[in-house]
Amino acid sequence: MIVEIGAFCLILSLILSAAQVGLSVIGRVRRSAVFYGAGEGAAGAAFLMVLIAFAALMYAFVTSDFSVANVAANSHSAKPMLYKVAGVWGSHEGSMLLWCLALTGFGAIVALMARGLPAAMKSIVVASQGSLGVLFLAYTVFASNPFVRLLQPPVEGRSLNPLLQDPALAFHPPFLYGGYVGFSIVFSFAIAALIEGRVDAAWARWVRPWSLAAWSLLTVGITLGAFWAYYELGWGGWWFWDPVENASFMPWLIGTALLHSAVVTEKRGALPGWTVFLALGAFTFSMLGAFLVRSGVLTSVHAFAVDPERGILLLTILGLAAGAGFGLFAWRAPKLAPGGLFAPISREGALVINNLVLSAATVTVLLGTLYPLIKEALTGQSLSVGTPYFNLTFAPLMGLAFLVLPIGPLLSWKRGDGLGALQRLWAAAGVAVAIALTVLWVQKPTHVTAAVGMGLGVWLIVGVFVEIAERIHLGRASPAEVRRRLGGLPRGAWGMSLAHAGLGIFALGACFETAWKIEAAQALSLNQSITVGAYQVQLSDVVAANGANYIAERGLVTVTKNGKPVCGAKPERRFYPANNQTTSEVALCLEGLDDVYLVMGERRAGSEGQPAWLVRAYWNPLARLIFLGPLLMALGGAVSLSDRRLRFAAPRRAAEAVAHPVPAE
Amino acid sequence: MKRLGLLGWLLVAVLSMGAAADPSERLADPVLEARAKALFPQIRCMVCQNESIDDSQADLAADLRKIVREEVAAGRSDTEVRTYLVQRYGEYVMLKPAFSLTNAALWVTPFAIVFLGLFAFFGLKRSSPVQDQETALTPAEQALLTKLQASEAE
Repeated sequence: MIVEIGAFCLILSLILSAAQVGLSVIGRVRRSAVFYGAGEGAAGAAFLMVLIAFAALMYAFVTSDFSVANVAANSHSAKPMLYKVAGVWGSHEGSMLLWCLALTGFGAIVALMARGLPAAMKSIVVASQGSLGVLFLAYTVFASNPFVRLLQPPVEGRSLNPLLQDPALAFHPPFLYGGYVGFSIVFSFAIAALIEGRVDAAWARWVRPWSLAAWSLLTVGITLGAFWAYYELGWGGWWFWDPVENASFMPWLIGTALLHSAVVTEKRGALPGWTVFLALGAFTFSMLGAFLVRSGVLTSVHAFAVDPERGILLLTILGLAAGAGFGLFAWRAPKLAPGGLFAPISREGALVINNLVLSAATVTVLLGTLYPLIKEALTGQSLSVGTPYFNLTFAPLMGLAFLVLPIGPLLSWKRGDGLGALQRLWAAAGVAVAIALTVLWVQKPTHVTAAVGMGLGVWLIVGVFVEIAERIHLGRASPAEVRRRLGGLPRGAWGMSLAHAGLGIFALGACFETAWKIEAAQALSLNQSITVGAYQVQLSDVVAANGANYIAERGLVTVTKNGKPVCGAKPERRFYPANNQTTSEVALCLEGLDDVYLVMGERRAGSEGQPAWLVRAYWNPLARLIFLGPLLMALGGAVSLSDRRLRFAAPRRAAEAVAHPVPAE
Repeated sequence: MKRLGLLGWLLVAVLSMGAAADPSERLADPVLEARAKALFPQIRCMVCQNESIDDSQADLAADLRKIVREEVAAGRSDTEVRTYLVQRYGEYVMLKPAFSLTNAALWVTPFAIVFLGLFAFFGLKRSSPVQDQETALTPAEQALLTKLQASEAE
């Protein structure tokens, strides 16, 4: 019964979304407050219906109702509760429902909470969001319905892929989809700007919190995914330039470019057309990602819910939405008023370079992902584009971006003093070069590119401190004045600093870990040990450790350094009978910022016939920074989002402040 | 003091390099083993889902590792090993696409975008100085200005 209510509500939400479009459009044409309100109400109701549908599906998963085809295919009665819940979005159908939930949810937030937005523009945003809702809900209802019942329900479900039964991956999709779909609001704002023919500071101010929120969620989502790959796939890698990873990385890159160009549009009114273009692009890449991941056109380690026939439908949706958006852009963008002018050496100029490099980087990832398909279609030859390609193209582009990054915030708007900015950064440059040379000198074997990468990371981090010191007039003003300025720094500035420092920290970790990690592997009998880096890894015991839905061999491993115990680790090798699949459960020893990474392998005969287990140990120096850096970036986004100036009602409050002026500082 | 510690683990690091993957597959000569190990990440495990033979535990990956080790042990250069693999399995086996004319678009586009973009940005900006490019007045504003100037002149 509850499942049928879910199915009913899902269909109802499709109808409500269609009503949302119709009512809002009529409202806009007649400029009628009644229709505006009705459209917004429909948006809220559509969200409520999807929410009920989502809850119904979750109920079916939690109660292991195997008469529902989706539950039977993706759940199992013995699965732990967390993964029963996470199983809701572990399949094609369920994840599309999560997508629709986010889509209608964000639409409802704009419709019901964004009160300061001009009514005409808001109605178009609501209508556009409703149109996207119609496309994706229709797809979910007709081609990917999670509520389909089975005539003859099985006794037991087929369970979720054991690799996906992991806490990081349970939370990964909600963040990722929040990010992907958050860009849909930005897309709708771009549509509204094009139809109204207005892209100004106020518009950019509306777009910024949404792009910030979507970007932060996407950052967390991608980081969780990378962390999952790092410890679940069992060979210590965290980024494989895999099509599925690239699919999530492209909207992130475009979203990052959008954040920066929106600042230029907000502060200086410049680059309006480009900002709108990026706003359309971010969600287009989100949809492209959804298509690539689900259609099976590319092979991937993360291949997920693959279905070629439905892939065609998703491609159609992508074509319709992106075609409408960019068609509108081609038609209306030339009519947008040109923005403010600026010299090449200026804050705007630095941000233009940022956008240029990020766009080139996005195209690189896109090419690297799709080139094998294109070439096979044109010439019939198949080729691979893997990590070596991205190291030679993407990495140098990012190097250029890193080089320019700390200079930008030190330049003034419109016309900057390039030489002056460089002079203020001499300390950062000195520290960066010193670190790079020290790493080169100390670390053997020598990896020049990794040392350069680390130097650039330090350049970013020290650059952030220089920028803050400049803002608070450190060393130029009295201590009291410095304190006052420090307290007065807006949250937006802190957010930017956190994000830039996070990027530098990530670069430090990524370069060092990739160049200087050490691996060791050996078949160990009990109480034998291997050496990895400065660590001794001893297999003390192997015990049976059976979970709710798996049986496992658990190694009790003692890690010591110079004879002193560092940690006891428990890597496992699990067998999931429901899936007939073996997985390795990695154990991590945290040593400061380093990881000692341990994997239990198969059992084999030792030298004297006694049992032995293949134990692989990795020493991953500074590996923590790889995940800490991006989380700092996301935190930066959140801090920036909490800035008073970016809140929903901010424009209205600003208007009130003009009416009742407060004393100036 | 810190540096000494750093050097200490470095020594250990150097000594334990190339101890990767399955010990039963390893070559005895550490120099050759290191060379083979450096080749693995460039070679695709063709039956796997986008993994290199360095990462994969599939049988084919083990076979390919064996072939690479044998070739390296037989005194072939890295280039010869790569050519051999491409001849035997096709271009698909290399994770790094060849620098060939048919792959020109792949290799050139990223840098072309940046160079053309920088050229357009700095080139065009220089030819149009900032001050001289103010927005033209609308007829209404022009009329108002003329009127103001006229009243000033009186």
